[in-house]
Amino acid sequence: MNRMRAAMIVTAVIIAIWQAIVWIAGTPHFILPGPVRVASTLFDNLDLIGEHALVTVSEIVIGLLLGTILGIATAVNLATSKTARTFLLPVLVFSQAIPVFALAPVLTLWMGYGLAPKILMTVLIVYFPIASAFYDGLTSTPRGYLDLAQSMGASKTRIMTRVRIPAAIPSLATGLRLAAVYAPIGAIIGEWVGASQGLGYLMLLANGRAKIDLMFAALVVLAVITVALRALVNLFCRRVLSRWSSDLARVDETPRMV
Amino acid sequence: MGHGAAGIVTDAPAITLHGECDIGGRKLFPSINLEIKAEAWTCLLGSSGAGKSTILRALAGLEIGGSFTGIITASDGLPLPERVAFMAQDDLLFPWLSVLDNVCVGARLRGDKLEIEHARQLIAQVGLGDQITQKPETLSGGERQRVALARTMMEDRPVILLDEPFSALDARNRAEMQELAFDLFKGRTILLVTHDPVEAARIADTLFVLSENGLTAVDAPDTPPIRSFEDPSALQCQARLLTILRGTP
Repeated sequence: MNRMRAAMIVTAVIIAIWQAIVWIAGTPHFILPGPVRVASTLFDNLDLIGEHALVTVSEIVIGLLLGTILGIATAVNLATSKTARTFLLPVLVFSQAIPVFALAPVLTLWMGYGLAPKILMTVLIVYFPIASAFYDGLTSTPRGYLDLAQSMGASKTRIMTRVRIPAAIPSLATGLRLAAVYAPIGAIIGEWVGASQGLGYLMLLANGRAKIDLMFAALVVLAVITVALRALVNLFCRRVLSRWSSDLARVDETPRMV
Repeated sequence: MGHGAAGIVTDAPAITLHGECDIGGRKLFPSINLEIKAEAWTCLLGSSGAGKSTILRALAGLEIGGSFTGIITASDGLPLPERVAFMAQDDLLFPWLSVLDNVCVGARLRGDKLEIEHARQLIAQVGLGDQITQKPETLSGGERQRVALARTMMEDRPVILLDEPFSALDARNRAEMQELAFDLFKGRTILLVTHDPVEAARIADTLFVLSENGLTAVDAPDTPPIRSFEDPSALQCQARLLTILRGTP
């Protein structure tokens, strides 16, 4: 586990620099608390932070699942139906010109302060990378595979389910990895705009009351959640999706941005 | 049938292709008349881009990226595309399926009943009986092409179209595959598109060279295929082919 060791070293160095800045600049703890203070706040408030983290995690997971299902359905539909391509594709592409974050206040206005607008926000953020990556995969099936299937007398439906979809699984994995990175952003933005629970809410609250150490503690937990989600999605791609592609099993060997 | 494994091939037809082909307004080849004999190996040679693969794709009823004007007829008057199996230079194995599932892929794609036992026999015949559950990525290039050969046999079609299937293999594997294919495909009508005069002179019953001027029939060796590498008539035939392929200097 060389990468694990490297990650630990980097983390230690960053914490050391952080502590050094606090010592050298002598920043007051309500501007930049040191790592020790943040850690002790984290442990003192474990229950409080855990409660809010649970809310955020459920928003992220539900949003990611729904967004993935919707994205997959859209991609298959687009790849199958010429009508869908003609009418839906331009709408989809144009919709990406709207910054999804700008919709957050509207969603809160319409759907209230509960989980729903945060989940929808996450769905909106996750949906496009999944749909576009999978659609790309579905439309770039190697010509030879299609020729072979056609010469064997396969129906269009079977070519889709037995050739095009399995051949596009590596593209879906790429989309999923992106989505896992974006999903927490959606939930947090949703919580910032209006919420009564969740890590985003807790961070705003702590900030407003100059409890910067609590804000940092919540931020650390959020970072841990994001990293854990990425690791889980990577594991899923390697273990489950790799049945369709040998490339995915080797993915972990090379560092990637997302 | 050699090895008595595959079902009985009834009436492998002779095929005639008469016509010309345009791709993007450019004439790929002028009007040609290709006669493919029943139950024999017809080899089609020619330089890259001469349109050999296009002919093969037209016969298989596949998209050719241009327009073919002419007629393709089978000697028994029945339609051709659904009686054709094809094999290309790329093995086209699905990486997500095992060797056995790849060989059975035709039945899966049609929703037919799987004939697992027959598939096992064919895989054993191509020498991969021990690798039946492996994924293609674990196989060498030669082994992968053997799986493709078994898959082609599994289709049990009377007409087999081969698009340079052995050209990416090393000399030994290539020779072995030629012999294996010759045995397995006995009694079927075969069109082999190839770059390799050695291969053509070794295996062909009938020989054609395609160029921008059209189709040239070349005398095949007078010994029966499959010929040994020392066969003098095959060597002479190689020389004839090389001369034609080289063109006038």
